[in-house]
This record gives sequence, structure tokens and C-alpha cells, in this order.
Amino acid sequence: MEFYRSHVLVCGGTPCVLGGCKAVRDALIGEIHRQGLSREIKVVETGCLGPCDLGPVIVVYPEGTFYGPVKVEDVPLIVEEHLLKGRVVDRLIARERPAEKEIVKYEAPSYLGPQKRIVLRNCGLIDPESVEEYIGRDGYAALGRCLSQMKPGEVIDLVKRSGLVGRGGAAFPTGLKWEFTAKADADQKYILCNADEGEPGTFKDRLILEGDPHSIIEGMAIAGYAVGADKGFVYIRGEYVISIERMQKAIDQARRLGLLGENIFGSGFGFDIEIRKGAGAYVCGEETALIESIEGGRGEPRIKPPYPGTHGLWGKPTVVNNVETLANIPPIILNGPEWFRGFGTERCPGTKVFTLTGDINNKGLIEVPMGITLRQVIYEIGGGIPGGREFKMAQTGGTSGGCLPRELLDVPMDYFSLAEAGSALGSGALLIMDDSHCIVDIARCFMKFFRHESCGKCTPCREGTDRLYEIMDMVSSGRGRAQDIDLMTELAQVMQRASLCGLGQAAPVPVLTMLKYFRDEFEAHIADRTCPTGTCGL
Amino acid sequence: MKSLEELERIKKEAQAMTKLREDKENTKIVVGMGTCGIAAGARETLAAIMDELAKRNLQDVVVTQTGCVGLCEQEPIVDIVKPGKPKVTYGRVTGERARQIIASHVVNDRVVGEWVIATG
Ligand SMILES: Cc1cc2nc3c(=O)[nH]c(=O)nc-3n(C[C@H](O)[C@H](O)[C@H](O)COP(=O)(O)O)c2cc1C
Repeated sequence: MEFYRSHVLVCGGTPCVLGGCKAVRDALIGEIHRQGLSREIKVVETGCLGPCDLGPVIVVYPEGTFYGPVKVEDVPLIVEEHLLKGRVVDRLIARERPAEKEIVKYEAPSYLGPQKRIVLRNCGLIDPESVEEYIGRDGYAALGRCLSQMKPGEVIDLVKRSGLVGRGGAAFPTGLKWEFTAKADADQKYILCNADEGEPGTFKDRLILEGDPHSIIEGMAIAGYAVGADKGFVYIRGEYVISIERMQKAIDQARRLGLLGENIFGSGFGFDIEIRKGAGAYVCGEETALIESIEGGRGEPRIKPPYPGTHGLWGKPTVVNNVETLANIPPIILNGPEWFRGFGTERCPGTKVFTLTGDINNKGLIEVPMGITLRQVIYEIGGGIPGGREFKMAQTGGTSGGCLPRELLDVPMDYFSLAEAGSALGSGALLIMDDSHCIVDIARCFMKFFRHESCGKCTPCREGTDRLYEIMDMVSSGRGRAQDIDLMTELAQVMQRASLCGLGQAAPVPVLTMLKYFRDEFEAHIADRTCPTGTCGL
Repeated sequence: MKSLEELERIKKEAQAMTKLREDKENTKIVVGMGTCGIAAGARETLAAIMDELAKRNLQDVVVTQTGCVGLCEQEPIVDIVKPGKPKVTYGRVTGERARQIIASHVVNDRVVGEWVIATG
């Protein structure tokens, strides 16, 4: 057993990697060695700690002191002062904006505020490349309990009672989805983990995979046991290099310990997982296009029904679940459905993970109870809007999500409440914009994205995204016509009803919400040929 | 993985290694690591403490350091803080004394009176 008096956790999430955390880690190891402290202090690379714009961040235990941003030049001081002499280096302590409040302890309630970590329970606390550290925090205990004490039907029943709905955007009840596949009669079934994460600005699945890959393996194996599948694939976006690396390491470790493979926990149940890399098309996140892509076909959606639950990968019954959905499974099994229902709202229990970005003081990865209001997220966690500007709108869930104007700051953020407000919670991005942005310009940018990503298989989406973009481009350059607002609305509605898959159905959502809440800005561009914010070049 | 018992064993081992990242009320050993402390041999004292804790498999003990407290001639200085008890400060703690303090005070709750320089 190795004993250390101190652990230094270096955030190894992608945002910190881009900020140079690998060099900081190497410098720490070098400096600790130089001071002769290698046997007393251990350096651990961990998953995302949350405050991405303060990166690279490190946490020194046992004190839990949170430093960031840490530069290579700062390392000798931290090692000499803190690690050798026990004096905290005040100057380098991470500070939240705008009050420059020190983050004194990583897990302190004052730092987490209204956050609740279920999905991110291990993220930033364990070494994601150590299966032992995952096990140390109750990892694989849920799988063990399912395999040795529960029947598959009981597992499904438990997940159903928890009220968990899919976190990939469509909010379909997870237990029900599993039940469809469990009931399907077939010689082979599959579990797919959707880690394609194509929404611009969203990187929560990436950071979950990087910070706690074993939680996904465990969730998939439990799903496999529940529905009778012995094989799973994780479909990961190809650019997610660290996610892929850590996932592969985790799979190898799980196989080595017999947590994947034959006869797990002596139960007779076997399960194995392979990684498939996506090539970066947004549509391949749609479950049937994803299945086509794994089969080696062109990434285009299939006509539904039949649904993947009965006719999925290679025509076999297949469960497709989002990364975050799967990460929720082990704690739900261990703590029970009532515990899970203790968080979030009646209709949407649990939490939601978001990447908080845009015009906001504290950017980063957060996990909040469902039903929290946008106001709380922006002002209690995000520290408000910088530069003395006003909040204008937020977009939830990436480009396919809806826009929330100031009027909706107090609507509970869950799938159903937002849908009723004419918006959508979407997957995982929370993009905050201040009053310096022109709505027409933003709408045009979004449509440009969809025009590019439409796979072209069905006409409403292929032509609709093209025409919507054209009209918006005209409006934004001062060439809009009086009838364009009605035309855009009609086109959007046709796309919503007639598109083959969710891409074309959701593409108009941001446009429709912007037309609804910021109609006057469109009108000003058309009637007066001016931009009220004066920023779009008109 | 054959059984839940096997998983439990791995869990216990892993928890012992990561315990110090948890925010729990544990026995704390604080070693004075100012320049004066280091000059008086605090590095060796600290190393001896680590070694003794490992030998005795004392997973609930947290070791931290502090700076000069103004009693330089008493260095190396070591505080023992047990949950719910006043702090006990020992002076001139060599590696050998540190081992005895762990055996007597940390493990058996018997303060080693003759080396104590302050309490509370
Ligand atoms: C265009 C498009 C892109 C999508 N991208 C993703 C994605 O990147 N990740 C994801 O989990 N779901 C994505 N979905 C939703 C999936 O089709 C599917 O509903 C989801 O993976 C189901 O998992 P869940 O029930 O756990 O949410 C996308 C849907 C559409 C229409």
C-alpha cells in the first residue's frame, strides 16, 4: 500500500489540457522530485473540476486548496511553500468572479452553491485511469447488486420508478425504453452509448467520459443485463481524443478485473464493449444515423418506426442511451428511486449537466437539479454578466435548443416546463448572450450551421434549412421584405412537421423562439433597415 | 470479478489510499516546516511520521505542515489534534520521538507529557 501525506489533483479535462495542464503536471512531478518529496506527495491527473476558464486548475489535499490558473512558473512556489512548508500561496488561489471570492475548498458548499453532483460525483475527485479509485467510491457495486440480487425485470422496474428520462435531448423515459428492448424476442441485442455530442458549444459528455469513464461502462453493463444484451458499443466523436483514450483504458481495466467479459460476478451474465469513432457529422448523433454509421453505411437517418428498440443495429433490438443518462444509472440502483426523486422536479427528477459558456463571469461545467431557474444559474453560479452589460437571451441545449429571453428567466428548467414555454431544454449547452448581440445575426449563424449539417436525405430539411438561411441572410443585410417573417414562420412549421429526423424538426426551434420573443428586432431590420443593437453591420 | 466480496476488498484498499481527499474529522498531525523547523530536522521527522503511519496502517490520520510559530528553539515542533480534543504541541521532536508519539498518543490516547510544550 502506498501512503502519501498529500495528493495534488491536476485537472486533465480538455479545457485545462488546452490551457497547458500537462506541462504543469510534469513541472509538479519534476519539482516534487527535486525537493525530495516524491514519496510523500502524489500527483494525480483527474477529470474536469468545473471552472474551465480558471484552468489549468489543481487541488491540493488534504486541505482541498484550489489553485488556478496555474502556470508552469508558479509550480516551484507552490511546491516549496505549500507542499514543503505547508503555507498556502494566497496569490494563486482560484477566485470566482465578479467578487473575486476565493474558492477555498473544492467541495465546499460555498463553491458548489445550488449545484448537486450525481453524474459528476467522481469527476475531479478520482483518477479516471484507475479502476480501483472508481471502485473505492462505490464503483461497480450497482452492477454487482444487479447481477447477484436482482432479476432483469426488477432492474427495469427500478429505473422506471426513478423517473429518469433520457439526457440526449428527447427526454424519453429510460426505463420504458429498456422495457421495449427487453420484451423484443431476438438472438442478439445491443447497447449503444451515444457520445457523438455534436451540438456546438456542448462538451458535457466529453468531460463525463474524460472524468469518469467507468461510470459509463457500469451503466451500459447494467442496461445489458436488464434487456438481455451481451454486447455494447460506445460511439465517440473522433475529435474527442482524450475521451477515447481514457475510455479504452477503462475498458481494458474492466476486462482485466473481469467486470467485462464472461460470467461477471459469477452470475453467468457476460458483457463486452467496443469503441466506434464518429467522423464529426452532426446528424450521426441521431440514433438511427448513428446505427447506420456503426454498420459502415452513410450517416443518414432511417425512417421511424420501427424504432431501434426493436429494429436497431444490424436489425437487432438496440438500446441507444446518452452518456449522461447512463452515468445516472449506478447511483440510482445503489440509492433507490425515491432518493433520485428527491432531486429535481416531479416530472423530471434528478439533475442536468450543462456547459456554461458565453457572456457569463464563471464559465465551466456545472450540474444542477432539474427545475432550477435560469436566473439562479446565471446569478448564483455563473456570477452574472460581465462588463456591466444586460442579459439578453440564453440558449439551452445547443443550436437545436430554444432561446430563453428575459421573460423566461424564472421558468423552471426541465424538459416539460420549457417545452410548454415554447422552448426546449435540449442536451447540454447553456449559452448566455448579453445585449450586445443582434438576434437576426445569431439566427442566421444557427441556420448556417444546420444548412451545413443537413444530410440531404429528406426535402423539408435539405431545402428548408437552405431557404431559411437565404431569407435570414437577406434580412440581416437589410434586404428583407415585409412578408419574410410570415414566410420564415411557415417554412419553419413545415420543417417541424415534415422532416424525417430530429435535425430538420429541431432546426427551426431557435428561429421560432427568436421570432416569438424578439420579433421587433426582425421588424426593425426589415422595415427600418437598421439593427437596434448596432452590431450586425447593417 | 468473481463476487461482491472481492469487489469489497478492492474498495477498502482503494479507500485507504484516497481517504485524505475526503473532508472528514480525522486525527491531524501538523509538522512545523518553517526554515527553523527544516534546519532543526523537520524533514526527517516528517519522513519518520509517514513511515510509521504506513507501518501501522493508520489510514485515518492526516499529515499537514505549518510555518514557524515563533518557538524556533523548540523545533521540530509537532501538533497532534484529535477530533474533539484540545491540540497538544510537542517540541524537539526527532524521528524517534515522533514514532513514540504516534504509538502512545495517536494510537493509545496517552499524551507523552515530558515532550509537551503547550496544550489547547
Ligand atoms: C440531429 C440530432 C443529433 C443528435 N445528437 C445527439 C448526440 O450528440 N448525443 C445524444 O446523446 N443524442 C443525440 N440525439 C438524440 C438521439 O437521437 C437519441 O434520442 C438519444 O441518444 C437517446 O438517448 P437518451 O434516451 O439517453 O437521451 C440527436 C438527435 C438528433 C435528431
